[in-house]
Amino acid sequence: MNEVMKQSISDNIDTITKRWVEQMKDNSSERFLDLMPASVVETTSREFTTLMTSNLSHREKVDKERLDEFTEKIIHFGWSIKFINRAIDTFSAVVYELFFETGVLTNSNLRQGMDIFSSWINPLRESIIEEYATKWEQTDSLQKIALQELSASLIPVFEKISVMPLVGTIDTERAKLIMENLLEGVVKQRAEVVLLDITGVPVVDTMVAHHIIQAADAVRLVGAKCMLVGIRPEIAQTIVTLGINLTDFSTTSTLRRGMQEALQMTGRTIVEEE
Amino acid sequence: MEHGSSIEINTEWDIVAARQLGRNEAKETGFGTVDQARITTAISELARNIYLYAGKGVIKIEPVRAGQRAGLIITASDEGPGITDLQKVMEDGFTTSGGLGAGMPGVKRLMDDFRVETEVGIGTTITATKWLH
Ligand SMILES: Nc1ncnc2c1ncn2[C@@H]1O[C@H](COP(=O)(O)OP(=O)(O)O)[C@@H](O)[C@H]1O
Ligand SMILES: [Mg+2]
Repeated sequence: MNEVMKQSISDNIDTITKRWVEQMKDNSSERFLDLMPASVVETTSREFTTLMTSNLSHREKVDKERLDEFTEKIIHFGWSIKFINRAIDTFSAVVYELFFETGVLTNSNLRQGMDIFSSWINPLRESIIEEYATKWEQTDSLQKIALQELSASLIPVFEKISVMPLVGTIDTERAKLIMENLLEGVVKQRAEVVLLDITGVPVVDTMVAHHIIQAADAVRLVGAKCMLVGIRPEIAQTIVTLGINLTDFSTTSTLRRGMQEALQMTGRTIVEEE
Repeated sequence: MEHGSSIEINTEWDIVAARQLGRNEAKETGFGTVDQARITTAISELARNIYLYAGKGVIKIEPVRAGQRAGLIITASDEGPGITDLQKVMEDGFTTSGGLGAGMPGVKRLMDDFRVETEVGIGTTITATKWLH
């Protein structure tokens, strides 16, 4: 019977795909398909229906490679898990209806048909959801790593002068990373002045201030000087109101002013060419 | 009156969520950038204290209107250990965690009204309000 079903599906794959798209568009609160160009909807639905039938003949085994590829694609499209569940339900309903129309399912073999149906669709649903979750976790942790790498590197701008632009929220973990990169970088780059640029830090509370003070102290211990730049006016006011004393290390409002000062401190200036 | 929102504090990232919410509410209430920064920072301090000293708790942010004045009330409540010596805690530089000890007195200065209710072994509720001038 599996073979009959499979044959019926592949004979009618166009109808199935068409009906599936229609029904998905009809009762969809999430408009993923509407947002996609028609040609992409066409190929994606074709891929989806093909994937859905891939484990029908050799039961229990879902085509892993095809599954991988497809899941990656729908995550990229931003399909939600709810939407995917509905896609599978809709597909089942469409196929079920078609089996009746084509006489593959009749009242007499309904029971057997239902058995095949559930041992076919359920593992498929599980694999898809599982794959989706795994891929999503991978993406999530990659983004975290990317953010960490992006946001705490010490850049040797001139000889003896390095800059660390801080971007984003500073939590305990990132504070540690900042400290490590800072000390390692200062030594490796033989920096004499380090500019910590906090333009991209949204909130400077006492914890962030504490980490900045500790970082500056540590930089001083390895023989360099730390300068805090990129302090927006509202941040400056908040820091003062908190009662935090940052007078121990020079602070300037902009990176540009800080850079000029750093050049002076290392006995250089920038001159304009005639 | 508009209804406020609250955020449960369980992890460090909830602190970020709480202040994001605070910033949005502050913007909506009509606060300028400096007051937005003050309110956001106050929320950050209170939320972190919950995370550090009580483990978990709730930050509530609600708009208020009293007569002609509009403002924002922040309530930080937890069922943590409570504060033994409130007077000490309100001094600049007092800390039991090796921090800067500037959070509590800082929040008091950042906001307009500030009230602490605390009982050892029961928990702490801090209410801080900022008025739109
Ligand atoms: N919600 C709280 N529950 C119990 N103790 C608290 C709470 N908030 C603050 N404290 C106590 O008050 C002290 C001072 O807090 P704070 O001024 O924020 O400085 P810091 O967090 O840097 O120590 C803390 O070290 C802690 O002992
Ligand atoms: Mg604190």
